[in-house]
Amino acid sequence: MKSRKVELLVGIFVLLTIGAGLLLALKVANQSMSGVSESYTLYAKFDNIGGLKARSAVKVGGVTIGRVESITLDQDDYTPVVAMTISTQYNAFPETSSVAILTSGLLGEQYIGFQPGFSIDGIENLAEGDYIEDTKSALVLEELIGQFLFGNNDN
Amino acid sequence: MENLIEINNLTFRRSGRLIYDDISINIVKGKTTAIMGPSGIGKTTMLRLMGGQLLPDSGDVKFKGESIPNMSRKRLFEVRRQMSMLFQSGALFTDMTVFDNIAFPLREHTRLSESLIETIVMLKLQAVGLRGAAQLMPAELSGGMARRAALARAIALDPDMIMYDEPFAGQDPISMGVLVKLIKAFNDALQLTSVVVTHDVTEVMSIADYVYILAEKKVIGSGTPEQIRNSQSPLVQQFLEGKADGPVPFHYPADSVQQAFLGAEL
Amino acid sequence: MSWAVNWISNIGAATINRITVFGRATLMLIGAIIAKPQPAKLIPLTIKQLYVVGVQSLLIIIVSGLFIGMVMALQGYTILVGYGAEGSLGPMVALSLLRELGPVVTALLFAGRAGSALTAEIGLMKATEQLSSLEMMAVDPLRRVIAPRLWAGIIAMPMLALIFSAVGILGGHLVGVDWLGVDYGSYWSIMQSTVDWNKDVMNGVIKSIVFAFVVTWIATFKGYDSVPTSEGISKATTETVVFSSLAVLGLDFILTALMFGIE
Repeated sequence: MKSRKVELLVGIFVLLTIGAGLLLALKVANQSMSGVSESYTLYAKFDNIGGLKARSAVKVGGVTIGRVESITLDQDDYTPVVAMTISTQYNAFPETSSVAILTSGLLGEQYIGFQPGFSIDGIENLAEGDYIEDTKSALVLEELIGQFLFGNNDN
Repeated sequence: MENLIEINNLTFRRSGRLIYDDISINIVKGKTTAIMGPSGIGKTTMLRLMGGQLLPDSGDVKFKGESIPNMSRKRLFEVRRQMSMLFQSGALFTDMTVFDNIAFPLREHTRLSESLIETIVMLKLQAVGLRGAAQLMPAELSGGMARRAALARAIALDPDMIMYDEPFAGQDPISMGVLVKLIKAFNDALQLTSVVVTHDVTEVMSIADYVYILAEKKVIGSGTPEQIRNSQSPLVQQFLEGKADGPVPFHYPADSVQQAFLGAEL
Repeated sequence: MSWAVNWISNIGAATINRITVFGRATLMLIGAIIAKPQPAKLIPLTIKQLYVVGVQSLLIIIVSGLFIGMVMALQGYTILVGYGAEGSLGPMVALSLLRELGPVVTALLFAGRAGSALTAEIGLMKATEQLSSLEMMAVDPLRRVIAPRLWAGIIAMPMLALIFSAVGILGGHLVGVDWLGVDYGSYWSIMQSTVDWNKDVMNGVIKSIVFAFVVTWIATFKGYDSVPTSEGISKATTETVVFSSLAVLGLDFILTALMFGIE
């Protein structure tokens, strides 16, 4: 029948749309990282976050382990507080770990480089809501050039 | 004699132009009534007024005693199931087969099983002689066949009344003969009331029980075909005999020729 | 003085005319969509129209999407490589497609491919007395003819826009990664870290739904309101394409300003 052919082709149309939607969801917008999988939140205070934005990646040696959830300003000491959601898959980072804001390439986007610390007895693992104490701010190009040109007494 | 449709003192204007001026027409139940008149007089408009697609400026159209212009949309749709119209072009749905076209009103308005619908459709097609053409598309039919298929669709729901809009226009003599025969047969066999709007004098005179002739926004003559033929009215005679000029003027109303061609000083 | 009076009354007449047309279009919309829907009849008819406006537009949408994605990758690469930032090709292609080109180009193609066909079809149904005939058969042409076409258009266009964007991103991959040698990983991963589901994908879908509604409304109304002659239908078809294209571009600016303008 003619109407069966119509239904079949409309069915294919719907499947194509779902396929396109899945491609956009999983490969393009990366829905799988946020929400669906279990995660925990860590905080870090920086002096300067440079161009870091919500949803920037958190990487260990180039492997993405989480994303920046939000960036707020601490009302007491006026320093930026970055909240990061980290996948529970990676849940055994010691308290001595450090984070730095890095740039991928000269003009690329900024991300958080996570450096796992040493682990000895008496050092606990980072857990939900903990602050990472050891942080390195973003490199601000203007400051860097200033330091280079006019020298710096500390160095 | 019971009137199926009564049109009382109807006046109708379209975009300011007067089409009908105080017209009264009665359609008698079970009879064939012909409405004739020159082209451009708005005969199709009359059918649309009867079907409630247009509303009169004044006057009333009554179907079985009920006023059509004052009906709610819901009631109008109920009433329309009792009437059907054969459009000049046939108006078959071009995206369906002939079979589906005729099944269409049945599927819309009844809850009959598909097998029963098939039987009814085939009966209707048999009646118009197109049973073999059931699976054709409307585009594959000739003009006469399309009109017969449309006629089968018009009688699908066994209406009380059929309105024929120029059924003979543009048909060859054979299809014309077929249509005349069908209209007459339906009228006799199914007790249908028929309203035929046409300007084909000879064909319609042979089947009509009563005739109205419209011209100049008025009914200029009415009566049985016999009375019409013997009418003394020059207007009626001009129409019947097809004279070029007469009370219905050859010229569309215009300034006088002298004024137009020789200037205003005359 | 009289020319001034004429001029003002011309403006008045034009305004009244526009408002009347808009009123008729709104009445048609209310009659078709809001007044008592009959799902049992509407759904099969809508599926049939989905075939006509959706499936039959697939080819032009896929081909256009592919080529636009490819061209964007080519253009973007030559610009970005100058800054050593060709890794950002992925997000550039994806964001332009999802936010702008997907919804807008799909709407414009849809207006030309399906909208004009809708107008012509409905106009011809009017000219051949099919709409009148439906009415005389006590079937409401608004519900029978207009409603399924409206729904099909509103459903089909966002679907087409999604397919367009997805195919475009794949086209960008084809040129950027396979041909020009942008790193496979960076094309996808930087895209992933930049594109946000709600902000980019869903906003694009919302845009597309708005465009779909406007284009299909214009197309069906132009057909329904056309003068039933060959001249009238050809005029209505042209107006469908012109008006809906202008409406899409104008609305796109407003929607973009609302969605991305204020951060």
